[in-house]
Amino acid sequence: MTRPLLRLVAGRATAVLATAVLATAAAGCSSGSGGSSGGSSVKSLSVGFVAEPSNLDFTTTDGVAIPQAMLVNVYEGLVKLDQDGKIVPLLAKSWDISDDRKTYTFHLQDNATFTNGKKFTADDVVFSLNRVKTDWKVSLKSAMDVVSSVEKKDDTTAVVTLAKPSNSWLYKMATRVGAMFSRDGIADLANTPVGTGPYKLESWKRGDAITLAASPNYWGTKPKLEKVVLKYFKDATAMNNALLTGGIDVISTVQAPESLQQFTNNSKYEVIEGTTTGEVVLSFNNSKAPLNDKRVRQAIRHAINHKTLVETAWAGRGQVIGGMVPPSDPWYEDLTGVTPYDPAKAKALLAEAGQSNLKLRLRIANLPYAVAAGQVVKSQLAEVGITADIEPLEFPARWLDVVFKQADYDMSIINHVEPRDLGALFGNPNYYLRYNNPKVQELLAKADAGPESDQIAAMKEAARLVSEDAAADFLFLFPNLIVAETGVTGLPKNLVSESFDLTVLAKAKG
Amino acid sequence: MALYLLRRVAVFIVSTAVAAVAVFAFMAVLPGDPAAIALGVNATPEAVAAKRAEFGTDRPLAVQFLAWVSGLPTGDFGLSYVSGDRIGPQIADRLGVTLWLVLFGMLIATVVAVPLGAAAAVRHRSVTGLILSGLSQVGVAIPAFLAGILLVFLFAVTWQVLPSGGYTPLAEDPVAWFQQLLLPALSLGLVQGAVLSRYVRSAVLDVLREDFIRTARAKGMGLYRALWRHGSRNAAIPVVTVLGLQLATLLVGAVVVERVFTLPGLGSLLLDGVANRDLLLVQDTVMVLVVAVLAINFLVDALYVVLDPRLRDLSPRGAR
Repeated sequence: MTRPLLRLVAGRATAVLATAVLATAAAGCSSGSGGSSGGSSVKSLSVGFVAEPSNLDFTTTDGVAIPQAMLVNVYEGLVKLDQDGKIVPLLAKSWDISDDRKTYTFHLQDNATFTNGKKFTADDVVFSLNRVKTDWKVSLKSAMDVVSSVEKKDDTTAVVTLAKPSNSWLYKMATRVGAMFSRDGIADLANTPVGTGPYKLESWKRGDAITLAASPNYWGTKPKLEKVVLKYFKDATAMNNALLTGGIDVISTVQAPESLQQFTNNSKYEVIEGTTTGEVVLSFNNSKAPLNDKRVRQAIRHAINHKTLVETAWAGRGQVIGGMVPPSDPWYEDLTGVTPYDPAKAKALLAEAGQSNLKLRLRIANLPYAVAAGQVVKSQLAEVGITADIEPLEFPARWLDVVFKQADYDMSIINHVEPRDLGALFGNPNYYLRYNNPKVQELLAKADAGPESDQIAAMKEAARLVSEDAAADFLFLFPNLIVAETGVTGLPKNLVSESFDLTVLAKAKG
Repeated sequence: MALYLLRRVAVFIVSTAVAAVAVFAFMAVLPGDPAAIALGVNATPEAVAAKRAEFGTDRPLAVQFLAWVSGLPTGDFGLSYVSGDRIGPQIADRLGVTLWLVLFGMLIATVVAVPLGAAAAVRHRSVTGLILSGLSQVGVAIPAFLAGILLVFLFAVTWQVLPSGGYTPLAEDPVAWFQQLLLPALSLGLVQGAVLSRYVRSAVLDVLREDFIRTARAKGMGLYRALWRHGSRNAAIPVVTVLGLQLATLLVGAVVVERVFTLPGLGSLLLDGVANRDLLLVQDTVMVLVVAVLAINFLVDALYVVLDPRLRDLSPRGAR
């Protein structure tokens, strides 16, 4: 009884704690995913993502997270993009384009069904495409403005008539605005998506994970996995740790390239590096002195050593492109030779423009890549006598307001992630770059209207013109960095569309 | 005692009201129009105006405030700007996770701190006491998120005995629930335990010097028994005060720790809300955290009366 009470308490507490730890240790780490049933391949995989959707309705809510999870996997369009950025059939077996390029006749799959059991027919095409104009809330819906009518010819044939020829319209049909909805499946889009895709939503634990299960009646090639878990992480380190500890099997995008080291020299993991459609752009305010002078803009481009910049700012991951077109677009060409690194020429151009002691405001988004690249740009510009004052603005609100809306800046750095955005940036004089070149606008219009060969030629010319004009500097193409457990196959190496295609994902049992 | 409690209740209500005004005012001055952000970069001014009307952010601030505040007591927290869902159930859902985490953390903190602090006090002249005291100093210096990262590195990455994050509800799988909560709770609890043990140590030291302990010892009672019988209640008052403060710290610390361990709690809800400019969600979440902290303070005040009978008399000297 004289045994010290406090020591007793302490002793018991330690024992309890130790038992708890041991018990957990013995039980092992149960959160690892992997197959449970037999067969030669794993039945379920977990993929780590950064941005969780706030709801599942991309008709009313903007942002990349929803189509990333839902498009192609749960919802399908008539067409989709393949890994090379080519438009290929999906719910449409094929399509014919009229000679005036205004009428598209889509021949539809006849055995596709929605997850609510309804058959997919031309009626759904009419319904879905008309609904974009009437019910969609996001600004992307303007992609359907060019459509003048959608008609059902028979159950498996739908005819779309455009007000004017538009190649970009068919391209947009591969994005979320082209997704097919069931007439009886739109009651609760925010929580209950109904699509024709290979997966259907099984569960959603908010703040944690979305689970997709293979749709039993899928019309096409059935996915190899029974389940895919999309796990959401707010913290990059937490996501890395989850892969290291078997909590997930794939990191869909590596946020900080320097963290790749822990995976590169380990045979358990595979690093996949591809391209995205995100051009990290050093944007210029083209309408405001001194950057309304082409020579000043060219001087800045000549002053930047892009190879060094990528090495320093993004661990050497990312491609130097020299223009606004990623290699996954059909009209890509290497434009790095347009204004090569040449500090002497930069100084000469500045002298010619009568600029000395040039001071410019570099108002960047406060995002890791922009901050890292901004430092390098600043020091490289200093070498040719330009002072860049870096001012990081909170993204999105402040940056959108100050730079994007008011164009109150000289230079900025932002990753323009939208696919095929050459026209959006440089075809619209009111865009925040304030670039007004009628020749470029004409080429863009020509590209949109003509057949494919004309389109490619015109787009190439427009991209080259923009680069020669130094309407912006193209720092690097943002890399698509995926880390997966060795043996995982079917991952989308290049990020060409807004969906993260999980349909061919698989892993052999190892 | 009734008066004392009544006064505490009044203080609680007034501070809650002041907090509501402060939280609302703070959100109102934040830059960034939620309607514009919800619609994306290419929205037309008309669409933004329509969205503003839908959110109700076009009304005068006073009207917005009253509409918001009057809904709170009934659990009507409004609709999320981003998802359009009701915010109340979301908060309730996430609060469950955070409460478990805080509770667990507090438990670990107390279990660590009380014996450690008492031992450090009793042996304050010996090497053991010095070592214990030094250890707690180290603990005080480590922020919870760093402790979390270290624990993950050791238990999850290196030894692979515990998961590095995630959350499974208790009802679904108690074992997984416990495993996933253990590391986050430890990172909160160990650090707070170190802080708490400093207070326990000094409180016990103070009590040890009291006459009544000496008297008890003189009567032949053992040291620990004397501490337990006569000292514990006296030492408890400062410890409960700190415990209350720490609960508040734990709640806030949970925000960061949830991020490290990807727990779907109130903290990650708050961070999501900030990132998505879901201002109403942020406003509601902050308000819930503030009310929780105020409620803890109220409870601590109420607990004083239980621990210290002198407070039960109504003299102004007695009331704190």
